[in-house]
Amino acid sequence: MTSTKQNGEVRIGYFVCHCGHNIGATIDVLKVADVIKNLPGVVISREYKYMCSDPGQEMIQEDIKEHNLNRIVVAACSPLLHENTFRRATEKAGINQYYFHMVNIRENASWVHVDKAEATRKAIDLSRAAIQRVFFHQALEKKQVSINPNVLVVGGGISGIHAALTLAKAGKKVYLVERDPTIGGLMAKFDKTFPTLDCAACILTPKMTEVKNHPNIELMTYSEVEKVSGFVGQYKATIKRKPRYIKEDVCVGCLDCIDACIYKDGKYYDEFNVGLSKRKPVYIPFPQATPQLVVFDPEACVRLKRGKCKETCVEKCDRDAIDFDQKEKFEEIEIGSVIVATGFQIFDAKKIPYYGYGKYQNVYNALEIERLVNSSGPTGGQVVMRNGEVPKKIGIIHCVGSRDEKTNIWCSRVCCTYSVKLAHLLKELSGADVYNFYIDMRTPGKGQEEFYNQVMREGVHFIRGRVAEVTDWAAEKEEQGKLIIRVEDTLIGVVRRIPVDMVVLGVGVEPHSDADKIRRLFNISCSTEGFYLEKHPKLAPFDTASDGVYIAGGCQGPKDITDAVAQAGAAAAEALALIDKGFIEMEPNTAFISEDNCSGCKSCIPLCPYTAISFDEEVFKAKINEVLCKGCGTCVAACPSAAIDQNLFTNDQIYNEIDGLLKYEIV
Amino acid sequence: MKYIYYPGCSLKSTGRPYEESLLAVFKELQIPMEELHDWNCCGATSYMSVDELKAFGLAARNLALAESQNGINGNGDPDVHIVAPCSACYLVLIKTERYLKEYKNERKAVIKGLKTIGLDYNGKAVIRHPVDVLFNDIGLESIAKHIKKPLKGIKVASYYGCQMIRPFELFDPVHYPVTLDLLVDKLGATPLDWPLKTRCCGGSLTGTLHEAGMRLNYRLLSEAKKRGADMIITTCPLCQFNLECYQDRISSYTGKKIEMPILYFTQLVGLALGIPEKKLGIHRSFIRFPNFQALEMEV
Amino acid sequence: MELKSQNDTWKPRIVAFFCNWCTYTAADLAGVSRIKHEPNVRVIRVMCSGRVDPQFVIDAFVKGADGVLIGGCHIGDCHYIDGNHKTIRRFAMLKRILKDMGIEDERFRLEWISASEGEKVKTVTNDMVEKLEKLGPLGLPKKFIAWDEEMNHLELEISKPKEEIEHV
Repeated sequence: MTSTKQNGEVRIGYFVCHCGHNIGATIDVLKVADVIKNLPGVVISREYKYMCSDPGQEMIQEDIKEHNLNRIVVAACSPLLHENTFRRATEKAGINQYYFHMVNIRENASWVHVDKAEATRKAIDLSRAAIQRVFFHQALEKKQVSINPNVLVVGGGISGIHAALTLAKAGKKVYLVERDPTIGGLMAKFDKTFPTLDCAACILTPKMTEVKNHPNIELMTYSEVEKVSGFVGQYKATIKRKPRYIKEDVCVGCLDCIDACIYKDGKYYDEFNVGLSKRKPVYIPFPQATPQLVVFDPEACVRLKRGKCKETCVEKCDRDAIDFDQKEKFEEIEIGSVIVATGFQIFDAKKIPYYGYGKYQNVYNALEIERLVNSSGPTGGQVVMRNGEVPKKIGIIHCVGSRDEKTNIWCSRVCCTYSVKLAHLLKELSGADVYNFYIDMRTPGKGQEEFYNQVMREGVHFIRGRVAEVTDWAAEKEEQGKLIIRVEDTLIGVVRRIPVDMVVLGVGVEPHSDADKIRRLFNISCSTEGFYLEKHPKLAPFDTASDGVYIAGGCQGPKDITDAVAQAGAAAAEALALIDKGFIEMEPNTAFISEDNCSGCKSCIPLCPYTAISFDEEVFKAKINEVLCKGCGTCVAACPSAAIDQNLFTNDQIYNEIDGLLKYEIV
Repeated sequence: MKYIYYPGCSLKSTGRPYEESLLAVFKELQIPMEELHDWNCCGATSYMSVDELKAFGLAARNLALAESQNGINGNGDPDVHIVAPCSACYLVLIKTERYLKEYKNERKAVIKGLKTIGLDYNGKAVIRHPVDVLFNDIGLESIAKHIKKPLKGIKVASYYGCQMIRPFELFDPVHYPVTLDLLVDKLGATPLDWPLKTRCCGGSLTGTLHEAGMRLNYRLLSEAKKRGADMIITTCPLCQFNLECYQDRISSYTGKKIEMPILYFTQLVGLALGIPEKKLGIHRSFIRFPNFQALEMEV
Repeated sequence: MELKSQNDTWKPRIVAFFCNWCTYTAADLAGVSRIKHEPNVRVIRVMCSGRVDPQFVIDAFVKGADGVLIGGCHIGDCHYIDGNHKTIRRFAMLKRILKDMGIEDERFRLEWISASEGEKVKTVTNDMVEKLEKLGPLGLPKKFIAWDEEMNHLELEISKPKEEIEHV
């Protein structure tokens, strides 16, 4: 190992952190500092309680000046957490920040091991590797990429709407893409919102209209993101516009065509009323749908299915807005950042057969009840069951598809509170006796517990116990013709059979069944349960591992409207911060070719996923376009003549890291 | 692969029709199976509650015998599948297999004991219920190919009992089992929506707390009757015996006449496969199903 | 390169190459969640598992590793679109070569561990350590010394007969 490099004799400063007890309790930090002190090139080796604190950073800076250090190694937490902190400190002291290297002895050692001797040995090995590595570090400059100020918001639920409006108000161009014919998402289907009992439509509709009318928002409903390429600041997305068979600029939403349809009554599953009513082949999802445009369902419309129909709708449309020849269109847009707010779906209660959903007609899921109690719903707000009767006794079962190892293990967070709300509404509207069956009542958040208490005082029954089954098996006379909820009432310690007329299943929430598709488009990781993974669970719940891609709302995890809106605002603010800075600094971890060694074999060219490598036929050598290179290093590993190398991860650096890790004779 | 048949005490005595029908059905479906030589008591009833280790030893002898019968230590078939039709045997054998896998000390003690009688246990034996074998190994589609007399027009209540799927849930959801219902459907009969399919039949109480046992028993029978079942099928000799043999007594208690044929599921499969009643042991039933003859005439 | 430290029973040394986006993050998650596991793995962070040059793996074995573990994103989840596809091909090829060189299958392992699978970092680590403990040390550096001695000895042997011939 040579001791003279790019910037003269190598003089290393080594700093190891106690991180209070986090590292110090498991790793003998003094010993580590002591061992590292004797390694070649190490000028100074110190330990300190909190390296990342101001005094810690100042200590590094002073040492750099005093001892003329030109390499810095800090052994502390994960580089994903504090690498930038120490890089900045290094730079401040007047040497290039890339002469710094970080050793992870907290997440990778002290937090996961119990054996102190072994953990200490591991810390020494990792530090030695870093010491050997920094000999080969070089001064590098960050490259800058300019940011396209346009933003793509995927998903037109309350989160997407809020994020889009925030950005638009700040003067940024927003593309809001929604796959349904209207924006509004799940919230549009709700009746009232807990805990304040605000009418969902009353607070959502103005926002939807604002989206429609805002000059900075280009609303793309009935559309899906098909393809995404590029990188932070410079994304390109292809949007698939599904045909509505309506000229969007001509239709005024008079709905005459719906009346004129050859179907006199609805016949097809009405998505908005979750199947509680039927719609025609031409329909508008709901009265306040935004945009106010009808849609022709190609699976249902006779004209579209068979090519032949009386076309009474066309006849009726005096604006000539119907166009059965419309085809799918693809539009390409350029954006600099993305907010993904695709939401969640409700749990399919059929997966728990012993609750009888889909088997007994008077078993409903919570979303169906939202529509049922809604005055614009299928029954005009009357609580009438599928058998035409008004229920006298209603059971609401909590945690259906939540907190259950057989289905979803997580708490869906909103079910307790919406069940309380539905109990209130059902009781108010039907006068029925309402029973809630819960495992634990979870009503955190402002005003929620108070609302729960209020509903309890209204006389709604709360029974603590997980329901075993819903059955029509009557053991007693009075149970005849009823649905019997069998449950262990754990507060009085008996098994009860409670006959009711109507059962409401408080279904949990889960990631969309096709959440993976969107996730892959934008390169977002997912948590074990399939919700999108945030960059940091606490400090960056709106950010992802992909720069310039933010997440908001239900796609990140179960949450209520309040939290979804807050997160959407935060994601929008993050995007704004990026846009208003105007550029982003990229890690200089690009690959480069040493022309002398390149034999022109072209092995590297097909490997690059970003087509950053081209071939110069004149000199017969490969060339890397630094702007396109994302720094994965795949080409480096493949080059048979070792002509390619990668900044920050050079072959020399890694070989010496390996060597350092395995030299344990001096422990 | 050859299945090893572990009859247990019941199938050789009160549950004889179960054995007869099981063997006949397996033969008809060409499923190779041979009886375990020199098998002994599974230890289900008393041993488990008195001395667990001895109970494991007793049950493990059967597992060890099965392994050696399949030549696991030589060049034999590495798959040892024991078919245990009686739910109690099935559960005890599985429990033994599980415990010996999990608890090293018990395993050592049991293997030590087995070695004194020249046996060894490798933990290779897999315990299967015939429902599991028919449903998962053979498959409903291939059973369907052998059906000669579809059981049209019969409403069947499938009774799973307490031990076949609980607590281990090896091939059917524990809260809502469906395998038998799907099988019944495939045979051409109508599976009955019957919420009591895993409720206690009272079998183990009948001898001790007679009245409690009878009440549980009555619940099953009356609900099946009310829902229009033509018969109940079971997978366990104790359930079958309990549900069938006390119907007179229950009728005398309640004043209501219950005439509900209780068949083994294998007998039902056998009928559909066109196996004569006599070979299926149906003639041994106390309560005859009036339409069987007609059924045989149908084709 | 013999161990000279305290309680010196042999323990397997594993060099791991973890990709920055999935497996390294998963290891961090294991740390934050305090999921305790065996202390035998030494992690080298790379941006993508596709950066792992087969030569790195061989080098690690040569320098005394008992096992090498590569961790990357699940197929389809690669931060660089398909870097892990390249890893999987290199892995298959290298595994064959290593086998020919007498390095057992269990010593070289490729695992897809996503950023949320902190628990898997533990299971993979513990499982690999257990398997390597059964296999015992690979100890290539020591073998190299032995082989060098053997070669020297052979060379000596070769040079000897000349004299003998002269004698004859």
